Amino acid sequence: MIRSELVQMLADDNTDLRHAEVEQIVDIFFEDIIAQLAAGGRVELRGFGAFSTRDRKARVGRNPRTGESVDVPAKRVPFFKAGKAMRERLNVS
Amino acid sequence: MSTGTLTRADLSDSIHRKVGLSKAEASDMVEHILACMCGALSDGEQVKLSGFGTFLLRDKGERIGRNPKTGVEVPITPRRVMTFRASQAMRERIAQGN
Repeated sequence: MIRSELVQMLADDNTDLRHAEVEQIVDIFFEDIIAQLAAGGRVELRGFGAFSTRDRKARVGRNPRTGESVDVPAKRVPFFKAGKAMRERLNVS
Repeated sequence: MSTGTLTRADLSDSIHRKVGLSKAEASDMVEHILACMCGALSDGEQVKLSGFGTFLLRDKGERIGRNPKTGVEVPITPRRVMTFRASQAMRERIAQGN
């Protein structure tokens, strides 16, 4: 499923909303999650999962093509952990 | 935005304020978005959201685990797991803190 399919599915099930409104809602949903993580917070969606960030230490990496050493600076990266209900749902056949 | 934890309630409140849906409608939409993503993933479909990231599924084979407390070996059954790969755009914003 891609973003446009998600928007279409939501629009089909909510015929009282205009397509543009559904798009705006989907945009807000994902934008708010990114903004929260960028501000250093976390996002918890019970049953689905939780988004947080992790700090990675600076390290010496290597250019895989040339073998040259490059300094990789410390950085903050996004992290997701699926919720218990979601993990269980993926395993019922 | 605060650095606490964002929840469904915050997302529906944001939609309520920005789109003008009632609080109940906004909350329904949040549930609906999550239900659509859950549905696709439990049908074995990946979920790709441009600008955000991709929820990927991986099938893992059986392996031998160990109870860390007792040291007893137990087989871990084959299972499907879900992982998330953030988009380049999300990675950049988180690295830059904006």
